[in-house]
Amino acid sequence: MKHIAIGILGAAALGLVASAASAATLDDVKAKGFIQCGVSTGLAGFSAPDDKGDWQGIDADFCRAVAAAVFGDGTKVKFTPLSAKERFTALQSGEIDILSRNTTWTINRDTALGLNFVGVTYYDGQGFMINAKKLPGVNSALQLSGAAVCVQSGTTTELNLADYFKANKMEYNPVVFEKLDEVNAAYDAGRCDVYTTDQSGLYGIRLTLGAPADHVVLPEIISKEPLGPAVRQGDDQWYHIVKWTYFAMLQAEELGITQANVEEMKNSDSPEIKRVLGQEADTKIGTDLGVSNDWVVNIVKAVGNYGEMFERNVGSGSPLKIARGINALWTKGGLQYAPPIR
Amino acid sequence: MASQEILREEPSRGSFINDPKVRGIFFQAVVVIVLVALVWWIVQNTIDNLTRLRIASGFGFLRGRAGFDISDSAIAYSSDSTYGRAILVGFINTLIVAGAGIVTATIIGFILGIGRLSHNWLIRKICMVYVEVFRNIPPLLVIFFWYSGVLSVLPPPRESINLPFGSFLNQRGFYFLRPIWGEGSWLILVALLLGIAMAWFVARKARQRQMATGQQFPVFWTSAALIIGLPLLAYALSGFPLSFDYPKQSTFNLTGGFQVKPEFLSLYLALSFYTAAFIAEIVRAGIMGVSKGQTEAAGALGLRPGSILRLVVIPQAMRIVIPPLTSQYLNLTKNSSLAIAIGYPDLTATTGTVLNQTGQAIECVLIMMVVYLALSLLTSVIMNVVNARMALVER
Repeated sequence: MKHIAIGILGAAALGLVASAASAATLDDVKAKGFIQCGVSTGLAGFSAPDDKGDWQGIDADFCRAVAAAVFGDGTKVKFTPLSAKERFTALQSGEIDILSRNTTWTINRDTALGLNFVGVTYYDGQGFMINAKKLPGVNSALQLSGAAVCVQSGTTTELNLADYFKANKMEYNPVVFEKLDEVNAAYDAGRCDVYTTDQSGLYGIRLTLGAPADHVVLPEIISKEPLGPAVRQGDDQWYHIVKWTYFAMLQAEELGITQANVEEMKNSDSPEIKRVLGQEADTKIGTDLGVSNDWVVNIVKAVGNYGEMFERNVGSGSPLKIARGINALWTKGGLQYAPPIR
Repeated sequence: MASQEILREEPSRGSFINDPKVRGIFFQAVVVIVLVALVWWIVQNTIDNLTRLRIASGFGFLRGRAGFDISDSAIAYSSDSTYGRAILVGFINTLIVAGAGIVTATIIGFILGIGRLSHNWLIRKICMVYVEVFRNIPPLLVIFFWYSGVLSVLPPPRESINLPFGSFLNQRGFYFLRPIWGEGSWLILVALLLGIAMAWFVARKARQRQMATGQQFPVFWTSAALIIGLPLLAYALSGFPLSFDYPKQSTFNLTGGFQVKPEFLSLYLALSFYTAAFIAEIVRAGIMGVSKGQTEAAGALGLRPGSILRLVVIPQAMRIVIPPLTSQYLNLTKNSSLAIAIGYPDLTATTGTVLNQTGQAIECVLIMMVVYLALSLLTSVIMNVVNARMALVER
């Protein structure tokens, strides 16, 4: 029901809010004193509340990084958990300032939906998970003809699934739910044989199941899923702040600036490090962006560089233990690359 | 009459502003203008904001390829079908579950309602407990009760429960054999229709004869023989063209046969059992609303209790029952949108998916509103016709 309410509210908001949303998001955010960040309803490693109720994960930390850039304080964020169906309307109607919710960047979303994706914080691909104990002998997605497949509705996953089974001339039986926890419960209860979503998600979900060791993720990756934060169209300043926050985190990793050494790095001899950290004389990099000149220092102090954020949430420092893979920096053979900050 | 005329003309002697007629028209005009202006303002703002946010709008998206699959579809549908067809599939699913729910809820409701007035203490109390329990639980919980509490604790596909006639029950649903109509099976359908028509004719004749002579005719048994016997005869004559497709075990699940999914089952059962509690109360109220004198008079004429209920009490109770029954039917139809919680692809669920895939929030919400409104109005019209036919014809 909630998505309808949001749909109607969204429609009403689009109708009634004459020009509030068109005012600069940065001014709105500064006026209310925090950033409203749209996250998932709970996906381990990306955005999920911990036992104290604090949101953890790459997507949640990214919003903290933006808050650090804007306010110099990474805690000035409020999180709005959204289902896959609610997320775009919530952003369009101005209910949230950033959508940082493991959302796949597609051309349709960039154009027809009026969004602007700022970058790819996690390169992902869609995979399948099965209960190996119940289905011995199944070790490839091509053996899944006739299976009941659990999937979250309104996602690119749902579309890729249809395409994959059609392309391989296989039959399947979709079992579709709106919320992630409903899909998890249905899969755990045995309502379906296969769970499909982004592979990173599958590893996260596996940990929450009754008997994680019984479940295996099949080797096939059937799609490109570049996940990243998005903002509304029509506000270039806000778009730039969010986009360059992401680039700054990559740049910090590339230069070896970490949460631990950022203060010493300020006195570095390297002109590039000095420039990135806003220590250059008469620098205008930060103020031109609309934030303070020590914005990168604030970001790194709040959440660390991109690599630290990755390892803490999904990598070696987390239960997920996902390898950097294609999410490594370009200097290490990955795809993460930031244009120069100068 | 004369005094009324004076009253009516009196104000016009005063000033134009004090004329109630003029005032009435003036204020109605103001309300209409304000309303139109408000609607216009909202529409304009919406259009402005959509253009400013560069969000595509219009209903053209309905012709686009949907790209997603739907588990339960009464009409041909694949991921190559259009968004419009996906919404149609959802609409038909809503119709199916609402229609089936209305029929079942009415039957259960009538049995319970009559049961609450039974002379048998046990029956009366059981019906009362049922009504009180189901009436006081939110329908969503009833749906979850059936979905998570009853159907998901059934065994997995490999350990399906074997039921008679080659049917199976497991946590993926209820499977039974599907008839395959062979050559010449149209004869069976014709025979069935013929049987129904003849049964109707016999019933009419029997009623006329009873009116004229008072003699009764065993209408029920004759009709049953006609409706069942004729198709059976046709089946034999056309050389037994019917064969059956049995559900069989395969790698993942049972295949073949006819499958009723647990999502449909739990929604259908929940809506039926939930609404039945309300219908039971309406029926009870209707029966109690028929004056006791009617029952006593019928008894004095020598009618048996069953006949009294059927011929005297129920027809009069129906006049009280039908109007509130209509709103229960509307409630059931609207409650079917709770399907979304368990993933049954009804109108709300499929339109919601279309909304998210296309981002056309305003259009999709509008479609849902219009369809549910039309469905409710249609139900009301049908029930009003039934009501008009049941209403007391005054002579």
